Amino acid sequence: MNIIQWAISPWGQRVPIHIAWDLLWVSAIAGLLFLIVHAIYVGYWAKPEHEPSVANDPKLAAEAARLPEHIKRHSFGARMFHWIMAGSMMVLLFTAFLPKIGYRFAWVKIHWIAGIVLVISVLYHIIHTTFVLDFWSIWPNKQDIQDASYRLDRAMGKRAPEPRKFGKYPLENKMFHMAVMAAGLSVILTGIFMLSRVRTPFFTRNPYLFGFGDQTWGVMYVLHGLGGVAFIALVMTHIYFAIRPEKFFLTKSMIFGWITREKYLGHHDPELWPVPENGDGSVPAKSPEVVT
Amino acid sequence: MAVIRDVMPAFELFQPGSIDDAVSLLTQNGSDAWVLAGGLDSFDWMKDRIKRPKVVVDLSQIKELTGVRDWNGGLEIGAMTTLTNVVRHPDVIAKFKILSQAAEAAASPQIRNQGTIGGNVSQDTRCWYYRSGFDCYRAGGITCFADTPTAINREHAILGADRCVAVSPSDSAPAFVALDAKMVIRSARGERVVDAENYFIGPAYDITRMTILQPGELLTAIRIPATWANTEFYFEKVRDRPVWDFPLINVASAKVVTGGKIDRIRLVLNGVAAHPWRLSQVEEAVTGKPVNEETAEMAGKMAIEGAVPLRYNGYKVLLMRNLVKRAIRGGDSKEAA
Repeated sequence: MNIIQWAISPWGQRVPIHIAWDLLWVSAIAGLLFLIVHAIYVGYWAKPEHEPSVANDPKLAAEAARLPEHIKRHSFGARMFHWIMAGSMMVLLFTAFLPKIGYRFAWVKIHWIAGIVLVISVLYHIIHTTFVLDFWSIWPNKQDIQDASYRLDRAMGKRAPEPRKFGKYPLENKMFHMAVMAAGLSVILTGIFMLSRVRTPFFTRNPYLFGFGDQTWGVMYVLHGLGGVAFIALVMTHIYFAIRPEKFFLTKSMIFGWITREKYLGHHDPELWPVPENGDGSVPAKSPEVVT
Repeated sequence: MAVIRDVMPAFELFQPGSIDDAVSLLTQNGSDAWVLAGGLDSFDWMKDRIKRPKVVVDLSQIKELTGVRDWNGGLEIGAMTTLTNVVRHPDVIAKFKILSQAAEAAASPQIRNQGTIGGNVSQDTRCWYYRSGFDCYRAGGITCFADTPTAINREHAILGADRCVAVSPSDSAPAFVALDAKMVIRSARGERVVDAENYFIGPAYDITRMTILQPGELLTAIRIPATWANTEFYFEKVRDRPVWDFPLINVASAKVVTGGKIDRIRLVLNGVAAHPWRLSQVEEAVTGKPVNEETAEMAGKMAIEGAVPLRYNGYKVLLMRNLVKRAIRGGDSKEAA
């Protein structure tokens, strides 16, 4: 199977034009296999996770006493971003790939409009996380890597120190965010240039507008396609984890904005994700020096 | 090394004697198969080595695909009926003169003797970038070479363009849409009948095809219901030379006028988009209006709303407006060159 489709330019050069569309099945099957293997692993081999009880831990009990019942995890703006991005992403995926598997409809206009929605939502997200939220909370750090190695060792039956609880975001969330960011940047940056090749209010249609040659355009289409098919597997795994029982409290928090105090204390390290007494953990807690 | 273009490339030729056999061959060979009707579009593609089918299914031996028959007061025309036979058939002339006029406007007498009505409606676009073998959008690529600041695009689309700006070159297609014809399609799954209006597709729907025909499917007949028989028809084709030329734009309309007012109308143009362009909103707007200059003027203005001319085809906007005005006014169908 070829990974890239090639064509001959008017000047006789062999240039890439698309990914091989069979890759969408490769991505879908890879995503499905991951889900099956993970579900079997969790169902039959993984040690059941036990949530620390607040009652048995004086430190947690003290934390619990000062916190309200609901801990705010995501602000309204963050939730709106997530669902708008999710909606536009689903529209982009369906409009991109349904015609490839035989469902014909006028997809281009819907696709680029959804793409514009995605671009705007991502711009909002970048500004929001940079200036309002804790920008670094979603990026993996040294501690995450070390804890991941401890977890792996313990899962393999080796002796290893007990890993710390997570901050606001578990490592898998951080890894997923990085994968989405890579695939997202790939489709967004190429997609913005590709807008010049369809009729939109933004550009006068002109394939020579940016001075790119056929080779460059071909690479751009290939990157757009690779990012697109990567999203098939990414979205499948994301939805899978979102509906898994042990993760469902996080999914609910993306709807309602909060998690329970017990989940907060059971799954998260208050030092890594400090929550003030009003329970608003959606924005970075102010440092003591700032509090007056 | 130069490509030799005066001989046919090798392919496996099948000449089935029945529709069932033809459909079976098309099903077996899928996208490797090429349907050969009159051959006038096909041979260009093959001799130029732009299309390289492995299998050619020649329909010329299938008698059930030819002829004009009565169909519930309307007509059923076999897909392999020659254009000449459509032009001259007394029932076509008696009931649907617009179809006779449209078919007669196609190409030249010699070509009409060989060309078929099924081939005329299903032929590929004449965009020369595409037909020259450029890997453009329509050929599966990522560039429309006809829609660039330096492109030669005098004959291309002013409406419905979506990445590709090629147009449908058929003369009979707008007449069939105006007559609300039904296209009969056979495949291994059986028979399906679709409105002519939905048979032709634009690039937004599928950029590599002009019709909804998929590999394994065969257009077997075109049925024209009696609904528009003997109504007021208007057909006009504008082209660069009086014979043997494709339309720059053609217009076909069928209307019923009572007491000087338009009761119902279907109005279709070709050569402005990748598929026959039905003016449904114009039809609605002029229904109930008197047939006069004011209505014609309004229809002409409405018709060109949304038109986006390319560098060299701005003339099509005015031409389209005027053809619509003339179709509303009615009178004898014309040929212009």
